[in-house]
Amino acid sequence: MASEKIRKVVEMSGISIDLRVGKGRGRKSWSLSRLGTRFWSWFWFILGALYFLLPLYATLNFSLRMERDVIGFKAYIRAFEDPEFLKTFLYSNVLALLTIVASIILIVPTAYWIRLRLPEARRIVEFITLLPFVVPAIILVFGLIRIYSSPIKIPFTDATLFQPLTTFEVGTDILIVAGYMVLGLPYMYRSVDTGMRTVDVRTLTEAAQSLGASWFTIIVRVILPNIRAALLSGALLTFAIVVGEVTLASFLGVPAFGPYLFLLGQHRAYEPAALSFASFLLTWVAMGLIQLFTGGQGQAAGAH
Amino acid sequence: MAQTALNPKGVSPSADWKKWLGVTPFFLFAILFLILPSLRLFIGSFTTEEGQFSLANIIQLFEEKAILDAYWLSIRISAATALGGGLFGFLLAYSVTVGGLPKPLRSALITFSGVASNFAGVPLAFAFIATLGRTGFITTLIKNLFGVNLYQQTNFDLYSFAGLSLTYMYFQFPLMVLIMAPALDGLKREWREAAENLGASNFQYWMRVAFPVLLPSILGTMILLFGNAFGAYATAYALTGGRLGIITIQIGAQIRGDVHHNPGLGYAMAMGMVVVMTISLIGYSWLQKRSERWLR
Repeated sequence: MASEKIRKVVEMSGISIDLRVGKGRGRKSWSLSRLGTRFWSWFWFILGALYFLLPLYATLNFSLRMERDVIGFKAYIRAFEDPEFLKTFLYSNVLALLTIVASIILIVPTAYWIRLRLPEARRIVEFITLLPFVVPAIILVFGLIRIYSSPIKIPFTDATLFQPLTTFEVGTDILIVAGYMVLGLPYMYRSVDTGMRTVDVRTLTEAAQSLGASWFTIIVRVILPNIRAALLSGALLTFAIVVGEVTLASFLGVPAFGPYLFLLGQHRAYEPAALSFASFLLTWVAMGLIQLFTGGQGQAAGAH
Repeated sequence: MAQTALNPKGVSPSADWKKWLGVTPFFLFAILFLILPSLRLFIGSFTTEEGQFSLANIIQLFEEKAILDAYWLSIRISAATALGGGLFGFLLAYSVTVGGLPKPLRSALITFSGVASNFAGVPLAFAFIATLGRTGFITTLIKNLFGVNLYQQTNFDLYSFAGLSLTYMYFQFPLMVLIMAPALDGLKREWREAAENLGASNFQYWMRVAFPVLLPSILGTMILLFGNAFGAYATAYALTGGRLGIITIQIGAQIRGDVHHNPGLGYAMAMGMVVVMTISLIGYSWLQKRSERWLR
């Protein structure tokens, strides 16, 4: 026990000493190769750190040089002062919020019900939540436009159910939130499902029912608070996907932050760099919060 | 409990369909916004503009050289970044797990990987323009240090295959780190000690024990990286402005304005992508199952 402890301390200090007794045949070559291992470990780690940090440093450096020979925040001030920035950024945040709320309303009862009463639906539902990996954003938006840019008719009749969603603002908003829900579906569903695995859904439900709670009360006041860490991590991932998203936003023509940043990049130099660095910090905050709440379980999304 | 006595399955037939009502909203949503749009593209790729069944779009897909080139370019970029990102990511994951670097470096790397794998699209493209563009930070640095102008004296161009691959790598290798670090943790200390006691060298241990155990996981994650790059659109569009004709950019052009003068061809291009992505997802999950035999 004690030697195990010592070994850990020694390992952490970065010195390689073999504390085990007995002399095996390959002993010498092992400790030699461990020294080599340590060298290469540092080598790859430093290379990786450079790959991570250089583009960020370059962006920051560039964004601070708007005025000749002066390091300053002028590009940031200019970028944040643009009313168009505020408008699109707020709009994207509202979209993200709507997506998160709608996703929770859709997914939590589904995952709950599957755990409680309908385990036979698990396979098919999990299959559906994996589909967004097969249908990339560009294909999804292609399909959505083709379906919802013509009036929706009741099948086999001429009666129009509702007007094409892409022709009016609220319709487009519904469409883009639905699209974002699809993009976030794999992450949100996994978060929620993992969260429910750690709490005893069945016992909680029976306890609540015996106290006379309705289904609505059970989900809102018993289940939701118990999986709040999982919900938060799913929500933050969705937020990271939605706020800078470009593909769906530009093809559906909504005034979101992603397309705004893209257009700004076409005719400005310093402000887009400033906003890029700022959005990196924003992603950092979102991911840092996930790390804080879940202890680093599963945080790889993708709206590339 | 009383019901169980009456019915061995524990549910009466009438409750059987009623309990499916609980998941109806989810299925309705999936059908409306995921299945139906995909189905529309699928049907569209097998019909003429008049709605007749036809294989013409699929055949044209294989005849049009520009489209085949776009697929090929996409496949090459995805393969290159999957291999490069996979290898680099593995070495990084190795260095902080088995490699014996101090613990704080590990959590720093994992957190950073979580951020970087989500940092994509327009901001990423701008960051790389500031780094490796014509007046970028590294471009200038190399010019000042070695007197070499990357853009004039070498073939390098950020808005090309190499440039786009370097940019994709920024979100590719962190994903590999995130998946491989836990897998490397799954290597049991006993295996190493057993190998050691049997007189195996470090090299032999890696080639005969650790590597074969990790291989399905490594390959599976590389396939995931392939799909990740293959479906990417925003980063490429922001970086090259549509000049580099990868397949997602071609499809984007087709959605914007039917550049091939055949809407059916656009559907077929989209279906081709879905087929490639499906194959890679199946490959991934198959390999993932195999790797679970030893790890975890």
